[in-house]
Amino acid sequence: MDKIKKITKMKLFLPIFSMILVMMINVVYDIATGNAPLSFFSISINNGILYGRLIDVLNRGSEVAILAIGMTLVVSASAGTDISVGSVMSLSGGLCCMLLAGYGVTNVDQYNVPLWVGMLAGIAIACVCGLFNGFLVAYMNIQPMVATLILWSAGRAIGLLLCNSNIVYVRVPSFQFFGAYCGIIPTPIIIAAVCVAIASIVLKTTALGTYIQSVGINKKASRISGFNSAKIILLCYVICGLCAGISGLVATCRIYSADTNNIGLNMELDAILAVALGGNSLGGGKFNLAGSIIGAYTIQAITTTLYALGVSSAQAPVFKAIVVILIVVIQSQPVKDYFKKLSSKKAAAKEAVQA
Amino acid sequence: MKKKIALLLVAAMTVSSLVACGSSAAEEPAAATEEAPAEDAAPAEDASAEEEEPAEDAAPAADGEVVTVGFAQVGHESDWRAANTKNYQDTFSAENGYELSFVDCDNDHAVQIETVRGFIEQELDYICIAPIQSAGWDTVLQEAQDAGIPVLIVDRAVDADESLYTTALGCDMIAEGEAAGNWLTEYLDGADANILVIEGSVGASATLGRTEGFNNIVAKNSNWTVLDSQSGDFTQAGGQEVMESFIKTYGAGNFNVVVCQNDNEAYGAMDAMDAAGITYGVDGDVQIISFDATHDGLQYTLDGKITCNVECNPLQAGFAEQVIKKLEAGEEVDKWTLVEDSAFVAPGIESQYATTMSQEVLDGRAY
Repeated sequence: MDKIKKITKMKLFLPIFSMILVMMINVVYDIATGNAPLSFFSISINNGILYGRLIDVLNRGSEVAILAIGMTLVVSASAGTDISVGSVMSLSGGLCCMLLAGYGVTNVDQYNVPLWVGMLAGIAIACVCGLFNGFLVAYMNIQPMVATLILWSAGRAIGLLLCNSNIVYVRVPSFQFFGAYCGIIPTPIIIAAVCVAIASIVLKTTALGTYIQSVGINKKASRISGFNSAKIILLCYVICGLCAGISGLVATCRIYSADTNNIGLNMELDAILAVALGGNSLGGGKFNLAGSIIGAYTIQAITTTLYALGVSSAQAPVFKAIVVILIVVIQSQPVKDYFKKLSSKKAAAKEAVQA
Repeated sequence: MKKKIALLLVAAMTVSSLVACGSSAAEEPAAATEEAPAEDAAPAEDASAEEEEPAEDAAPAADGEVVTVGFAQVGHESDWRAANTKNYQDTFSAENGYELSFVDCDNDHAVQIETVRGFIEQELDYICIAPIQSAGWDTVLQEAQDAGIPVLIVDRAVDADESLYTTALGCDMIAEGEAAGNWLTEYLDGADANILVIEGSVGASATLGRTEGFNNIVAKNSNWTVLDSQSGDFTQAGGQEVMESFIKTYGAGNFNVVVCQNDNEAYGAMDAMDAAGITYGVDGDVQIISFDATHDGLQYTLDGKITCNVECNPLQAGFAEQVIKKLEAGEEVDKWTLVEDSAFVAPGIESQYATTMSQEVLDGRAY
């Protein structure tokens, strides 16, 4: 009994519980249709690569997971969201492909400039975007949503300009590698894992995490106690831009082309949702990075589940909405309080019996 | 005094229209190629001068002047759209006596409505709309009608009363779906078909029409089964993700036809099948049917990977220009102009419904 209590009191209990709940839908469906009950979780090696729905969730969820790292920090430090990440993804992919293919060219099978130049430029432009957002929020005191609204609309448009409004294909295996497979594992999974690992190591081994949370809880008090609040907020936005850049390149390499119109479309919303599903308050302050990452994969698990269930595409958004509402309600304070009350009542009754 | 005010008005309007030109050029690279701002100045001044005198308003541009055409394009979501856009820009060029206001609406319905309102305010001679959504057009079409501006609904359809627009032109999406189905009937020659469909964006008229047309033929073949049908949003990433899931749900070997409602989705589906080790194409286990027949798509058809590719002709501006010429001459125009489609099949296949692909066919394409 005590053990269960301990587990349910863990910070990550609810996010993990929600994700398992989503995946359980598949188990129920599989049993109902007479398939093997755990077919959703089965992983095999097929055609020399890992194969299974769980792999799909991890693979397809990579972009949002990477975005969720940056978004968590931004939400924590500035109590606002960076809604430009989707556009910045498209911009970084667009610049990278434009450099690799050459301006105005739409289809190449060899690089115009070395691969690392294109990749670095894509990530650099995303960092510049983050710097711009951060400057507006931290030093100009513009509300985060308004400040990032600028690049939300302009980022994609600049990407389109760079690609001359075309879809630019870079059909080179070493470029496709980053969106395809590294040995038997999909490369995006590795990239996402590396990003998460670096972020958590930095947050664990340095005081950065504490600084960010203290700025988020009280900006003025943190400044008075000696933190450079503005600088920390700026840094969070730059990290968020960096994440958007990496995520954009992953999405671009996946389809070996800069589809600037569609890359990262509406992905800022998924990233914000991931942060919320992870049990983080969008009001800033304390954050839980692991929760956000789990949230990101939960969103992808919902999408993959809908495909697996064969829900028609017209109805899919409604199902998605219902699942999201359930998860958010489970994690809401009144529901938490209700369960707390329930368990304390039980404990009181037990004590009464014993007495 | 009145003259002075009028003069001031003219000056202000000229400046504002120039500013408008400038800003739209900055936003839209394609628009910048149309005309240099310096050339713009003269007709713009003329137009605003005309607005001052209501007498001349009745017959704008009838005296051999520049015909102003506004085009609210969907976006540039695919190669097909890019070819379509370029065709309009080439056809309605300054050399041909047109001034094209091209706006890329970036797949945003609200932006498109505002764009059309902008065209009405600028009192352009003709408005072409390639509707992003079919619903929600009544009000703005009424506004255009009240302003006396002929509206051409191009490429896709709208759910509005026929009287609200001058004419509609485009491909018949249902006919395209049927063409694909007819070809498949002929190709399979009585064999069973287990079909997976990767649809386009939910609610788009291309999606609805192609699905309906194809399903009409499916209904005629009792040994055909549509296993599943999911949206890939007309994108490569979408097609890839949906195909990955299909393979897991149904398993390799349990389906032999994949219908992708545009070429980009077909590229994604091919990537997914490559990864899963499923062979496709003329010599493979799975036959791919695709739509749009873009240059890249036809290259895949020529290589035998996409077995059948049904075209929706993007070179529609010529049809639009003919309608506008008729209207300029004061003639009646039909409510519906059909843009001719055709289908292409991989080398080695002969079909009464489609052209067999060859290098010459590919080289002879305009885009």
